Amino acid sequence: MSIIEGASREAKNHGGAKVHAVHLKLGPLSGVVKDALLFSYGLACVGTLLEGSQLVVEEVPVVVFCHRCETEKTLDSIQLFRCPGCGTLTPDVVSGRQLELAAIEISDGEDVDLDPDVSFAEAAI
Amino acid sequence: MSSQPRLVEVRQNVLKQNDVLARALRQRFEGAGLYVVSLVSSPGAGKTTLLEKTLTRLRENGRRVAALVGDLATENDAARLSRSHVPVKQIITGTVCHLDAGMVQRSLDEWELSELDCLFIENVGNLVCPSSYDLGENLRMVLMSVTEGEDKPLKYPTIFNTADVAVITKMDLAEAVEFDLPAADRSIQSVRPGMHVLRVSAKTGAGLDEYLSFLESRIENSVAVGSRSPA
Repeated sequence: MSIIEGASREAKNHGGAKVHAVHLKLGPLSGVVKDALLFSYGLACVGTLLEGSQLVVEEVPVVVFCHRCETEKTLDSIQLFRCPGCGTLTPDVVSGRQLELAAIEISDGEDVDLDPDVSFAEAAI
Repeated sequence: MSSQPRLVEVRQNVLKQNDVLARALRQRFEGAGLYVVSLVSSPGAGKTTLLEKTLTRLRENGRRVAALVGDLATENDAARLSRSHVPVKQIITGTVCHLDAGMVQRSLDEWELSELDCLFIENVGNLVCPSSYDLGENLRMVLMSVTEGEDKPLKYPTIFNTADVAVITKMDLAEAVEFDLPAADRSIQSVRPGMHVLRVSAKTGAGLDEYLSFLESRIENSVAVGSRSPA
């Protein structure tokens, strides 16, 4: 619901009357599963500016900082926080927690009625 | 008439609203000199039992403690926790599988936070969704019981990675279920290198002293920091 709310708000702010696509960046440490998002997206969009739009999810990897190599490294698996270069364990996450509304594709047109008052308690997705 | 679709960059955190509220809560807690600990685990790992012991022991030590407890449907946990004779409030989430910062904020209305030293927030039993929601806590404690298996952290890396300390519970059953402690430690360190791990049995009391002194030292540090900052 937070995605719908955010995208609707941004579309309105930019004078868009119709949202064609929503681009999302998703990190493995966000706690959100891509398939679950895609499954519920269409249903959640009904009756909003986003109805009929496409959800484009870009999955981003977990990047950690290795203190031994003094550089950022991309993890192969979130089950092992170990530098793929030197093997040192590192807890320092640089990126990978994203659940980010990256961009929206909008066009102008006639205004559509929508209810932006989605309860925050229901903002589970 | 519709024109050609155009791309608008947004680059905004989807849970921004929660993060803003959580930041405000954290400032409010800090201003009141209050140390806040949240507990997350799968259902049945022993959050409520451990919390009941924790609240009772801290109260006996002269700490002013309170608890918020999240549950989908019942007030049973609040009833259990009230036996520790400290202020307890239930948050019933309905169908929502986690607590968010807004729920915490709304639950604090009747409490004078400056009269408390430490607040515990027991999340809904769930190892997935709670990891995404900052509640403004100082310490996120993840519990796993010996009956759940040593590889639990590997199955739910995100919640273990976002936690600050891990507590292995029901240690009195470790032998009966042939719990492999070194393997559990390896799993935890694999998904959260350097994480402090405590082991307790709320039933026998084993490990509780070490666990409580860990909490006491964290509360003490926070009180010391709070008293240095201007009112």
